[in-house]
Amino acid sequence: MPIPVPRLSPETPPPTPRILFAAFLKIGLSGFGGVLPFARRALVERRGWLSAAEFNETLSLCQSIPGPNVVNLSVVVGSRFAGPIGALAALAGLVVAPVALVLVLGALWSRYGALGHTPSAIRGLSAAAAGLAAATSLKMARPVLAAAPYTAGPIVLAAFIGVGLLRLPLPWVLLGLAPVSVLVARRRGA
Amino acid sequence: MKDSTDVLWSLVWQFGALSLLAFGGANAIIPEMHRQAVEVHHWMSDADFTALFAISQAAPGPNFMISTLVGWKVAGLPGALLATAAMCLPSCLLAYGVARVWDRFRDAPWRRAVAAGLAPVTVGLVAATFWLLVRAADQDARLAIITAATAAIAYFTKLNPLWALGAAAAAGLLDIV
Repeated sequence: MPIPVPRLSPETPPPTPRILFAAFLKIGLSGFGGVLPFARRALVERRGWLSAAEFNETLSLCQSIPGPNVVNLSVVVGSRFAGPIGALAALAGLVVAPVALVLVLGALWSRYGALGHTPSAIRGLSAAAAGLAAATSLKMARPVLAAAPYTAGPIVLAAFIGVGLLRLPLPWVLLGLAPVSVLVARRRGA
Repeated sequence: MKDSTDVLWSLVWQFGALSLLAFGGANAIIPEMHRQAVEVHHWMSDADFTALFAISQAAPGPNFMISTLVGWKVAGLPGALLATAAMCLPSCLLAYGVARVWDRFRDAPWRRAVAAGLAPVTVGLVAATFWLLVRAADQDARLAIITAATAAIAYFTKLNPLWALGAAAAAGLLDIV
């Protein structure tokens, strides 16, 4: 466990829904292709709402349930400080501006996407986005394969082949692989 | 009118289900989203889906916003808002509920086994996302070089990925690719 940082000092009042909204609005607009590092910086380092250990703990909760991780994080942090209204405020703050912006980009694309050089710009952008996905999957694969190369490797491969090559429906693949993988992890003593 | 209502329901159903299947985050469900939108429902072409993914990466924010764009492409603004809400709300309700009972079972051995067991599945799914995008995006060697260069920059450096996306779009505009 990392050294626990003291909780909110007595003179710091817990954030109100309005402050939660503002904080998550800023987090939502700060990163491209995922904002978790910015969430950590804002919540732990700048505002001191969570200690480093609490952040890790909260993140691990958010990663063990389905859904976009940082969206779950906003709900959990918001509800911890200000109940259901806080959860709603943090969630709304996180998603409202990015969703509006991405819709503007989408509208521009459908309007001008076929004009002039735009199609080739989109082709370049798509190739780069595929590269970002490659880096994401490498970063996620490294610790998992390092922890259990012989047991995790076949599961990774099976999920990739099932969904990526055979194009099987995701529920089948999850139902088929997850129980096996959890049992294997259990026996390994994870 | 019935048709458009059907499409909206279909969006809500698809994205609501995806929300609860997204173990490991939004990147793990891109292949299933693609399968539904392109292969099952024929809502858009492979190239459209890839372009929407690229656009979602070029906007700031969490990485689930491809679902906003898919909803928008299928049914305009109502589709976008419904798809976004359907993508977020089921898992958020779950997160809210789990957070309240978290203290009781955070140290339970089965929870660690579940987390450790789901991780390799997620890695395989994210690799499938990569494969799907690469197949659609890299139509020639120059585009493949852009993919490889962006991957290397994002993997080895802390540079903001927006620079790589911008450079790649500029290369396209200038007809270098």
